[in-house]
Amino acid sequence: MSEYAKPLPKPTPTSQPFWDAARRHQLSLQRCAACGKFIYYPRERCPHCFSDKLGWESVSGRGKVYSYTVVRRASSRAFAEPYVLAIVELDEGPRMTTNIVAAPERVKVGMPVAVHFDDVTPERTLVKFKPA
Amino acid sequence: MSLKGSAAIIGIGELKPTKDAPPDATALGLMSDAAAEAIADAGLESRDIDGFLCGMAFADAGLLYPASVAEVMGISPRMLNQVDIGGASPAGMVWRAAAAINAGMCNAVLCVVGDLNKFGDQKPPVISVQREFEAPYGNIGANCGYAMIAQRHMYEYGTTPQQMAKVAVDQRRNAVKNPLATFNDREITIDDVLGSRMIVDPLHLYEIVSPCSGGSAVVVASPEVARRAKHPPVWLLGAGEYSNHATITYAPSLTDSPVRFAADAAFKMAGVAREDMDLVCPYDCYTITVIVTLEDAGFCKKGQGGAFVWEHDLSYAGDFPCNTHGGQLSFGQPGLGGGMSHVTEAVRQLMGRGGARQVKDAHLAYVNGNGGIMSEQASLILERRS
Repeated sequence: MSEYAKPLPKPTPTSQPFWDAARRHQLSLQRCAACGKFIYYPRERCPHCFSDKLGWESVSGRGKVYSYTVVRRASSRAFAEPYVLAIVELDEGPRMTTNIVAAPERVKVGMPVAVHFDDVTPERTLVKFKPA
Repeated sequence: MSLKGSAAIIGIGELKPTKDAPPDATALGLMSDAAAEAIADAGLESRDIDGFLCGMAFADAGLLYPASVAEVMGISPRMLNQVDIGGASPAGMVWRAAAAINAGMCNAVLCVVGDLNKFGDQKPPVISVQREFEAPYGNIGANCGYAMIAQRHMYEYGTTPQQMAKVAVDQRRNAVKNPLATFNDREITIDDVLGSRMIVDPLHLYEIVSPCSGGSAVVVASPEVARRAKHPPVWLLGAGEYSNHATITYAPSLTDSPVRFAADAAFKMAGVAREDMDLVCPYDCYTITVIVTLEDAGFCKKGQGGAFVWEHDLSYAGDFPCNTHGGQLSFGQPGLGGGMSHVTEAVRQLMGRGGARQVKDAHLAYVNGNGGIMSEQASLILERRS
């Protein structure tokens, strides 16, 4: 098996619960107890109301493709082309940078998608999406 | 208190960009050459410079950079800083220079940028959240973000590839008249643009800025210094700046940019209307950037940017002169010098030094600087008084 050459996330104390959940194949987001909004990516304080009363909740893993691109020439040689880079808007509100695991020609703006956990190394799981 | 009319750009320096890094060149050397040209153009000596703003050079980035660059040039400033708002840095420098002058801190501010083209295989970002949540999915560099803006703009407003391509085509007509432009040997057609290699859907090679090496500078001066200038001073009439995200994924919208707030503030300070502009110099790292900027700066309705560029002639001789130097798409992007090229071109035109591409009776110009993925925006209104 070839070594994984792409950049891997290096969790921080703030983001560790997100990556730990992904490893268990759960999508877990921070939620602000003060304003009720879901948050992605993990923060120290709520970017909406600046409260520090943040907890973690499992979410549906469902959303829509807000926008995407098919990368035919990557800026980094670590990535094999083509690949679909996308912004998925989750049903709970936040948007995520991710990959859509599908043939590029299938991907459309507004398309419903569901979370797909990609165990890229024995330690690390990336949160990707597939057509729902 | 306002910066309206508080300072003027009195000198410009700009090196012709080169595609590669010349083997005998350094970023500091390119900055020094551009600075020397700008100071001489202003009719000043380097000892007259008492304010110093520089930009980050990718090829020579480090902490405490401004003093290092000033030391190389033998300049002892009473105000110094590095402006770090990406491609918006040069436009951001101009109003910061005026603010320092207006506050009585200095009289002649050198704003300088320069870089060597060390791109190629891009390394993952060093900023922790981008390294953690963007790079693992391949969101490295600027191409993907702008491609997703274009894709969403097409989805929401029906913007077409042909409309986007026309930006590159019209600007190339301008570049052909600009000896400093990197790509100035021939005009191109919409078919040329759409026939060039697809890089990141829906953006083709000719819609994407080309990294270069180069350097550029301007001198911003107090009214007292401006009175002794060699060329007609170009006054800062209005300025505005705004940012609401770093990574486009977390912006409030992909298609509504912070340009709106920067431009509104600039026009409000200047007290002039959009229709009064004789030319516009919007940042153009990609064709879609121009379309979104013209919309949000208020030159057309939201969503109508594609139709607007299609219906208007953006060339120096046209009904809506836009990036008369060719834009960065044709001029090239020597690091932050790409952003500076919009400032220097507006100044050239307003001073009446546009040569074969001179816009007739140019007195007012709108300039926009854009950093990151539509992240940082700095708008300027510049005026040559009659």
